[in-house]
Amino acid sequence: MERFLLKNIDNPESHRLAFYEAEGGYGSLKKALSLKPEEIIGEVKNSGLRGRGGAGFPTGMKWDFASRDPKFPKYLICNADEGEPGTFKDRPILEKNPHLLIEGMIISAYALKAEKGYIYLRGEYPYAKVVLEEAIKEAYEKGYLGDNILGSGFKFDLSVHQGAGAYICGEETALIESIEGKRGQPRIKPPFPVNVGAWGMPTVVNNVETLANIPLIIKIGSEEYKKIGNPECPGPKLYCVSGCVESPGVYELPMGTTLREIIYEHCGGIRGGGELKAVIPGGISTPVLTPDKLDTMMDFVSLPKVGSMLGSGAVMVFDQSVCLVRVCWRAMKFFEHESCGKCTPCREGVSWMRTVLERIESGFGRKGDIELLQDVASNIAGKTFCPLGDGAAGVVLSFIRNFPEEFDYHIEHKKCMVEA
Amino acid sequence: MDEIKEILKKYPDRRGALLPTLYVAQKAYGWLSQEALEEAAKALNLPPATVKGVATFYAMYKHKPMGRHLIQLCTNVACMIMGAERLVDLLKERYGLEPGGTTEDGRFSLVIMECIGACDRAPAMLVDTDFHADLNENNIFEILEKYE
Ligand SMILES: Cc1cc2nc3c(=O)[nH]c(=O)nc-3n(C[C@H](O)[C@H](O)[C@H](O)COP(=O)(O)O)c2cc1C
Ligand code: SF4
Ligand code: FES
Repeated sequence: MERFLLKNIDNPESHRLAFYEAEGGYGSLKKALSLKPEEIIGEVKNSGLRGRGGAGFPTGMKWDFASRDPKFPKYLICNADEGEPGTFKDRPILEKNPHLLIEGMIISAYALKAEKGYIYLRGEYPYAKVVLEEAIKEAYEKGYLGDNILGSGFKFDLSVHQGAGAYICGEETALIESIEGKRGQPRIKPPFPVNVGAWGMPTVVNNVETLANIPLIIKIGSEEYKKIGNPECPGPKLYCVSGCVESPGVYELPMGTTLREIIYEHCGGIRGGGELKAVIPGGISTPVLTPDKLDTMMDFVSLPKVGSMLGSGAVMVFDQSVCLVRVCWRAMKFFEHESCGKCTPCREGVSWMRTVLERIESGFGRKGDIELLQDVASNIAGKTFCPLGDGAAGVVLSFIRNFPEEFDYHIEHKKCMVEA
Repeated sequence: MDEIKEILKKYPDRRGALLPTLYVAQKAYGWLSQEALEEAAKALNLPPATVKGVATFYAMYKHKPMGRHLIQLCTNVACMIMGAERLVDLLKERYGLEPGGTTEDGRFSLVIMECIGACDRAPAMLVDTDFHADLNENNIFEILEKYE
């Protein structure tokens, strides 16, 4: 497949405005400015684009809600927090193709009649900050940003807001709190950000990859766009693959490419000719899968049918040498560290699950610990303020359901199956 | 102060400028001492308690002095299965450096990170703002020895 999101990223000049323009960049913006905002929203709706940040919400619908709200000013925020462990797909866009994102944001802002935008960039990406700020400067100089963009009368200002190391700030309402200069704790929904977002105003939060798809939709039109990948949720998709494969990395493929194709054709199979044991398909918050699910299409509709989720498209591959109890424990340590503490089931429950997993992992597991974990997890699921707690519970349940023998072995033999 | 003026232009109110202002203060003082926090509060005309409440929420704001170089090493799942925990042990053996601690000579501080978006080249770390990946037991010291 011809690459669009990662086009030219191997060229050392790919982040420069002159290079981007020479490759046809900002052509979609010029086309978009000749359309009415409603027409652009219509195109995005018709394209079937679904948000790439994890939840898969239809982008056109979100825009429609925000644009129908009569309040002004409106804000457009790009979610570049990329905190989900296993995820590094937005990073090449931010570092190598920043003008694609900026062009996507300007078109989106024009469609939404938003005059101010922020890129909420995780603090762990200092190099991306330098690249983005330079690219924004270039775009101002060329009249793509600022007052009266390309003589159209449309005004849009854009700046980078640097996060400070809190995973929960990837959640859109916590992110908004953080931009407002507050502790990054999620807000109750409804009201949704499209109506009451940043500084109480209608706000669209979209992922980097989502916004980077907009210039393509405008360029080829929604009908052509729909022909890419699974028609039920079309478009190009970035899959970032890590763990026990020969060639880990970010791959731009049609949405709905199977796990098998991703792992065995694009990533060269399991490293050292090893045997596959487990796959986490969408980042650490998504339920783990067994190898018999390899023919599942990696998209928003197919993965739920086998008990998982597309999440951020972060494929984590584990071969027989990896202890899954340890992976599960480490995941829980992460959630414990990142729980914002606002609701009790998440704050207490996740910490408890980590404690029990830790004792199983280190050879002090007790009979009944598995049931205990299941019980705690069931008491978290559905009772939390935001999806972080739910995700943590789902992860534990999926590991126990799919790999019970590893947990049993640990408890019974006080050691790991893998080391045995 | 000029820097803060520039920051304020980007936000509709003063509170919005708080996170970037805290970064400016941290850079100036090396960490967010009481003095640094008060300065940030004054610059934005916010109550010091508000400023402190926000600063303590975020892991990248430091509330004690740091070494000359900050090692931020990831041990999340992808890095863990590629041997990151062994690197943590080695840092302790070689420099006496514990997670959350600083070497006696003030050269390095170590913070354990939760995925820094380099899982395809695990294990990975940031040293100050420099990014280093594909670490192993040897090259980690070759890299670190360049930081005086
Ligand atoms: C705990 C948590 C962390 C999240 N982290 C991110 C993130 O790092 N990046 C992201 O784009 N979305 C993240 N999301 C999803 C956002 O809340 C939101 O759905 C997304 O930014 C919307 O953009 P999209 O529709 O383009 O996907 C996270 C959600 C939760 C609950
Ligand atoms: S589920 Fe966890 S992270 Fe989400 S609001 Fe509750 S305590 Fe905070
Ligand atoms: S797990 Fe270490 S960089 Fe992602």
